Amino acid sequence: MTGPNIPVTEDELHAFVDNELPAERRTDVEAWLTTHPDDAERVASWRAMAELLHARYDAIADEAVPQRLEIERLVQQPRRWIYGAVAATLVAFIAGGSAGWVARGAATSPSIFRSFTVDALGAHRTYVVEVRHPVEVAANERAHLQQWLSKRVGYEIKAPELEVAGLKLVGGRLLPGPEAPAAFFMYESPSGERYTLYTSRAAKADATQMRYAAQDKDGAMFWADKGVGYVVSGPTDKDRLNQVARQIYDQTEKVGG
Amino acid sequence: MIDAAQLRTAQDTVRIATDGTSPMSAFRESVESMIPALRRYARALARDTDIADDLVQDTLVRALRSEKLFIGGDLRSWLYTILTNLNRNRRRSLARKPVFTELFDNNPDASGTEAEGRDISRALAALVEEQRSVLLLVMLEGLSYREVADIQGVPIGTVMSRLARARAHVKAYLDGERPALRAVK
Repeated sequence: MTGPNIPVTEDELHAFVDNELPAERRTDVEAWLTTHPDDAERVASWRAMAELLHARYDAIADEAVPQRLEIERLVQQPRRWIYGAVAATLVAFIAGGSAGWVARGAATSPSIFRSFTVDALGAHRTYVVEVRHPVEVAANERAHLQQWLSKRVGYEIKAPELEVAGLKLVGGRLLPGPEAPAAFFMYESPSGERYTLYTSRAAKADATQMRYAAQDKDGAMFWADKGVGYVVSGPTDKDRLNQVARQIYDQTEKVGG
Repeated sequence: MIDAAQLRTAQDTVRIATDGTSPMSAFRESVESMIPALRRYARALARDTDIADDLVQDTLVRALRSEKLFIGGDLRSWLYTILTNLNRNRRRSLARKPVFTELFDNNPDASGTEAEGRDISRALAALVEEQRSVLLLVMLEGLSYREVADIQGVPIGTVMSRLARARAHVKAYLDGERPALRAVK
């Protein structure tokens, strides 16, 4: 229902300025504005506002795009999990039981496996014994923690949800890694068992199979994909570590996929 | 989070070529062509140059990662949706922290008269997040009410009331700041 005698609503004034008004009603509004100076003034002020916005911000759209936003660079960065390769390994170590844990294949040079695992186990042992300061940023600031660590490690990292495995996030911290900064997340079970995830860039590591290493009372699972390495450390109960590592693998796979 | 409905939003702005050209490169080209507008929107939304480009970078990374999920529809709206959500997440994560306001607005890129540029960016800063986003998407980026409703996941009526409130606030702010211009009718 339109017509020159139907009063123009405020919604219609907005729609008029934003070209959202049906054509047949536009002329009514134009006529209305000639006889309603207050409304005409509002319409004029909104148009002036749009000009101010463009005057202030259009220059940014005209700037050269910064290097870090170039598509060519960005397409190199996202991790693409070679699902098949890693999934096959999962099947192998699940089916093979404890025997399946020991290094299968040698897709990655031993040095990356070693340097990651040694660093991760070192961090694990250092921080799981901490009572008062196990982490830098606690789990109640999860979003901030993830954003901060993602920024520092140079790829998107989310603290995995390990509720299913009975583990709650304690928090995380930033650590030096073998090649680049490392993100470190700590989890705790109701009984105080602590597991940690250590992840960092590993430029030379393409998709690798999972490997297990043990040192004293601590066990570690290592895997890498598309230049990112992961180590899950915890008590040397292999079945349990297996369960936790699989949870984490599934979630990082989702994020990366 | 981007849901399937947003991926499917059928509008006619930027469509993905499904003809003989490689769909991958067409997708990337379409994303690339949106970078300048995304930077403009992000800067007006977040005000800080580095934060704005971080938001754009995260948006692009997410979009490129979801290339295979995107089988057509309105790429432009989808990118604005990602950026808007990322900014909301960012602000949520900052919510517990003390807010630091800028002492100096030292962005040298204000064109037009500098005083006007400063006024409008301060006026924007005074708006609540949802209103700022609606105002910018409609007035600066030229999106339709329907598109903004999809981006924010709210009915069109909500978009219109947010826009009306945002305009009223900014107008009051500008009028208050520059009383001299009030006399001009």
